[in-house]
Amino acid sequence: MGNSVTLMIDGQSVTVAEGTTLRAACDQAEHVVPTLCWHENLTPANACRACVVEVKGSRTLVASCSRVAEDGMDVQTASERVLNARQVVAELLLSVSDAKLAPDLLHLAEMSSADPVRFTGGATWAQPVRQDNNLYVRDLSKCILCYRCVQACGDDAQNTFAIAVAGRGFGAHIDAGFGRDLPESDCVYCGNCVAVCPTGALMGKTEWDLRQQGQWDESRITQTETICSYCGVGCELDLHVMDNQIVKVTSPQDHPVTHGMLCVKGRYGYDFVQSEDHH
Amino acid sequence: MNEVRRLLPDRHTVSHPASPERLRERGFDQALAKAMAMSSEAIIAEIIASGIKGRGGAAFPTGLKWSSVNKAAGQTKYVVMNADESELGTFKDRVLLEEDPLGALVGLLIAAHAVGARKAFCYIRGEYREVEHRLARALDILQQEGWGGPDAVDVEIRRGAGAYIAGEETALFNSIEGKRPEPRVKPPFPTNKGLWGSPTLIQNVETLANVAVLFAHDAAWFTQYGTKDTAGTKLIALSGHIQHPGVYEVPFGMPLADILHAPDLGGSLAGSGRLGAVLLGGAAGTFLSPDEVATSRLDYASLGAVGASIGSGAVMVFDDTVDLQWVLTKLARFFAEESCGQCVPCRIGTQRIMEIAEQGNLWTRNQDLRALSQAMRDASICGLGQTAPLALLSILDRPGLRRDA
Repeated sequence: MGNSVTLMIDGQSVTVAEGTTLRAACDQAEHVVPTLCWHENLTPANACRACVVEVKGSRTLVASCSRVAEDGMDVQTASERVLNARQVVAELLLSVSDAKLAPDLLHLAEMSSADPVRFTGGATWAQPVRQDNNLYVRDLSKCILCYRCVQACGDDAQNTFAIAVAGRGFGAHIDAGFGRDLPESDCVYCGNCVAVCPTGALMGKTEWDLRQQGQWDESRITQTETICSYCGVGCELDLHVMDNQIVKVTSPQDHPVTHGMLCVKGRYGYDFVQSEDHH
Repeated sequence: MNEVRRLLPDRHTVSHPASPERLRERGFDQALAKAMAMSSEAIIAEIIASGIKGRGGAAFPTGLKWSSVNKAAGQTKYVVMNADESELGTFKDRVLLEEDPLGALVGLLIAAHAVGARKAFCYIRGEYREVEHRLARALDILQQEGWGGPDAVDVEIRRGAGAYIAGEETALFNSIEGKRPEPRVKPPFPTNKGLWGSPTLIQNVETLANVAVLFAHDAAWFTQYGTKDTAGTKLIALSGHIQHPGVYEVPFGMPLADILHAPDLGGSLAGSGRLGAVLLGGAAGTFLSPDEVATSRLDYASLGAVGASIGSGAVMVFDDTVDLQWVLTKLARFFAEESCGQCVPCRIGTQRIMEIAEQGNLWTRNQDLRALSQAMRDASICGLGQTAPLALLSILDRPGLRRDA
């Protein structure tokens, strides 16, 4: 085992392994900090700023998702400055994006007593839904620019680099290059961006269509664990089944092979299971 | 005389700014020869003795920074001249590079020698094309004079592409690396992980010019001007309702009133002739009231007492007819357009401040704006978002400056 460091979190002494982030240390102390852009299998993007904590001696608040714990740090997870920052982050995002399928953002708003209308009335991210392929739909009016999809498409998982942030300031947005439709882009439809999206801005076409028809019902969906039948890698699949039909495929985030990531065949190539004429 | 000429060549200098004659006339050839014969430790000791602080706005002690990079582990190190000057009301690096490009380059070579870097970059604002040509010519002169060659530092000029945020040091690294200029999270600091993850020394143009004149003389000469806390001189970019706008070099500690009124500096106020406010430090700076201007000096301690800082050295003067809400709207638009969009407080916060300003609601939404500003200062990733609300806050704190009350 490596060395450990001891720090104070809300007045409580906590000892963690060297290299532990403040977020993980706060988890260990059961003073959980809220997160939006952080994801267990992705490099911290530091973008949402929901996870900021106050570290004594630091001029600004620090993002706990990426800051590594140091010996003797004195951390506050609920100081006046932290509570204000969390609340304003939630209020700003709610003033811009459609949060109804964003449970983490709704949780942040609730725990920070955010006023959902304080900063409304200005520009929003409302924009047309983009349905340009048969596998997934982009409703960027729900996007909070957490960068998770960019990282999953990039060197955290897929290494395809089909999408990136384009534009600047309020106009910054996720783009497949020059505003192109996905079929014209470098996208390989692995759907790993969809798997990590925390707001429903990216959604499988099947789920999207069922939701549009008012048919999507979480209470009727069961999950069946299996192994992907396409190649020898052995990716674990969770088949989300509603009315005896596969409606979505995911892989567990803690699976040692996939870390939640799949390829186009594993994630979207399930029609054959339900085909009438297969033998 | 209130104006000093050290960083800027004195008025008797006749040689072309980018010529071998200028190198000798300014003593920079001797400065280079002296520094190159010194050890890293001796150079850094001289910088520390001079008390030079960074002139880009943060006023970090230069010697300490050089020492950090020198001691940082790593075979490959870089030095960078930050000439991406884009702050509103700030044009001192432009004038400095036009009038004396060799100074900052000599400082850059000394820096490279001191920290053990073999590669240097000059990152210059894209719109400064003519300045860039002069800088490139000055670089050629240095090489022709024997300060180039296979064993010397390779200096490369890189041009910005029109983004203010690329002047933020870590965003600048990303830009040089060919990436989108988004600021990186700190720590790690550039002194440990900068360009391509290697220890990197990045300094403002004016800081490097200070190094050149220091080594053309010595620390005792250098500290003849300035205050106990801050040695040397500062370039001031004076603009607005002032008789003689322009770039001036003045010693630290000079009363702000002298900068505005001395015959060889600002001359006196223009416009109505009655001072309304001074915006000190650029778009991310602080509005000072006439009373504060009358009692403050150009030094960090004196200005800190009124909640202001020297910043980049921008001094924008407004007479008493100017509606500062209109000025704040312009500043808000600048930040909204120049935010990179990476973090929530800055991406959406700068947009909302701009909208509230354009609606004319800056005074009525005081409480909301204070909460928003505090979150931007506390939780933005970089200095842009952290300082974007400062000018607004300075007016909220000084209701007497409002014209429309």
